[in-house]
Amino acid sequence: MPAETMRPALLSAYTMTTCLGRGLEAARAALRAPRSALAPCRFESVQLDTFIGEIAGVDDVAVPAGLARYDCRNNRAAELALAQDGFADAVARSARRHGPDRIGVFMGTSTAGILQTELAYRRRGADGALPASFDYRHTHNTFSIAKYLRERLELRGPCAAISTACSSSAKAFASAARLIDAGLIDAAVVGGVDTLCLTTLYGFNSLQLLSPGPCRPYDAARDGISIGEGAAFFLLERAADTAPRDTFALLGVGESCDAYHMSSPHPEGLGARMAMEAALASAGLAPASIDYVNLHGTGTPSNDAAEDKAVNGLFGARVPVNSTKGMTGHALGAAGAVEAMIAVLAIDEGIVPASPGTRILDPELRASYDISGGRRVLARVMSNSFGFGGSNCSLVFGRLRDAA
Amino acid sequence: MSLGARIEGVGLVGPGLTGWEAARGILTGREPFVHRPTVLPVPEALPPTERRRAGTCVRLSLAAGLAASADAGREPRELVAIFASSTGDGENLHAICEALASDDRLISPTRFHNSVHNAPVGYWSIATGAMLASDSIAAFDASFAAGLLEALGRLEQDPAQPVLLVAYDAPYPEPLYATRPTADPFAVGLVLVAAGSGRGTPISATLSEGAAREMHSAELERMRLGTPAGRALPLLAQLALAAPGVAHIEYLDGATIAVEVGR
Repeated sequence: MPAETMRPALLSAYTMTTCLGRGLEAARAALRAPRSALAPCRFESVQLDTFIGEIAGVDDVAVPAGLARYDCRNNRAAELALAQDGFADAVARSARRHGPDRIGVFMGTSTAGILQTELAYRRRGADGALPASFDYRHTHNTFSIAKYLRERLELRGPCAAISTACSSSAKAFASAARLIDAGLIDAAVVGGVDTLCLTTLYGFNSLQLLSPGPCRPYDAARDGISIGEGAAFFLLERAADTAPRDTFALLGVGESCDAYHMSSPHPEGLGARMAMEAALASAGLAPASIDYVNLHGTGTPSNDAAEDKAVNGLFGARVPVNSTKGMTGHALGAAGAVEAMIAVLAIDEGIVPASPGTRILDPELRASYDISGGRRVLARVMSNSFGFGGSNCSLVFGRLRDAA
Repeated sequence: MSLGARIEGVGLVGPGLTGWEAARGILTGREPFVHRPTVLPVPEALPPTERRRAGTCVRLSLAAGLAASADAGREPRELVAIFASSTGDGENLHAICEALASDDRLISPTRFHNSVHNAPVGYWSIATGAMLASDSIAAFDASFAAGLLEALGRLEQDPAQPVLLVAYDAPYPEPLYATRPTADPFAVGLVLVAAGSGRGTPISATLSEGAAREMHSAELERMRLGTPAGRALPLLAQLALAAPGVAHIEYLDGATIAVEVGR
């Protein structure tokens, strides 16, 4: 599939908050350790025998008084993440430079603030109505997170939520990069926020896809996912000719559809392979230019098997690959942005992350899966995100000087 | 700064509007509008199991997408598919929320995988075999405009690749309906190609602060405001006129996208 080459887009600020902790320093420390933050599920009133990756202290976060109508777990997680690493300040500086109407917001989310609706359904009146305090538009609706950030950061540019299940926040990069490339905007806040809710916990349970323990991607005995949550934000900007060459950048984007099944991957990983090939083509790079692939690697038997066929078919056993969902859990609609951040930190730290939880590799899987990770010079990293509905997205990150 | 394209094909499914050709006269005011419930075609292209389970949003969006592709004379599988909707399948969501509020919390696996916002575009790709990129975009009442910008951005990046934009919305059942009342099921499909291509009606879109254009009749204006996908109606009315003009489409916080339609 021919894909047009994209111009690299700068990552001029970024931050991430997950179960690993608040901000980048916590994530870096977890990568170096390495450590998992998955723990037995104690979320809300959920009674499921599974592990989750929960962000500590989300319920204690207050959204600004003027935005109280947006108050829900998802937007609180966003607020918590915004306050780390000076991200909100960096956006404000960018807005002063470019003008607030020249900065877009593109956010990936799968469930937004659906937890508010789940809770409201427990408090229906005698007539069946939801409680008067329930604000559907500003909490549950898919657009809530994108609009919250646009108002919170006082931006006036184009804004959308991308909701393609577990590829959502990877695809948010693509949408923003295209409009930057087209010249409609100069920069965009991109990323994703997805937080724990009953729909996904009980939903994946209904599909028998929840692991009873911490997930074990690529393990011979892998038995499902561990659901996580996360908020990861990037300020994506057009790369000026004068941009420092060691700045991190989005180098390539590739997308595809499986056209196969709503919740099972194409068994040969065909869609996954097409997305990875398109990402390489858009970056103008050959497979040999990639130094590490952060897999989607959910830890279900069929997902890992399909992705392995795609990855092994494209990269052979030369490139180290693994999944970091054993550290963070599967942040669903935020997974693309969380793992984009891990890809960038891996390059910055010179570390192939580890895959805690994975013990004995499935002999049926053939890609070069690195369980323990370790020190390694990385120039370009690919991050894979694949979702329900057969929605696939691969991203390539590296420093500007390592662009094709 | 404007983004250009050509519209090669249109598909329309709405209350009293069955098909683009039949709707043109109504949208230009030559023929009267008579409200009838939206006709939702059975998605024959889906495998039987999926066909039986297909909810309103899947039926709506597939019908509009197939009609637009046919109008453009394009194979659906050769189009990048951009689906835009304010909400998802309301009946499905309601059933899940009811189950989660019950004692056993047992939800159906099919309901769960159908609950994702991109379920309609997922079914679209299964039905048509389309393996190119797809999108599922939401921007509340600005969802059509956000989808249009996404389509134009893709055409700028890859002018050789035609795109299909489908915007669709169907009402929630109660009690959610009371919190987000939208009118009859409505979907529009547009096949767009790069401005430099030879065929189709040229358009040029600019971010604007001008007011959204109102429809010429009260009924059609109610339809425009009644459903997020209905916000596309001013553009459709301009296309139906087959005459140059500017259609302001509702975007965010009072802003619009001014779509200049050429000939």
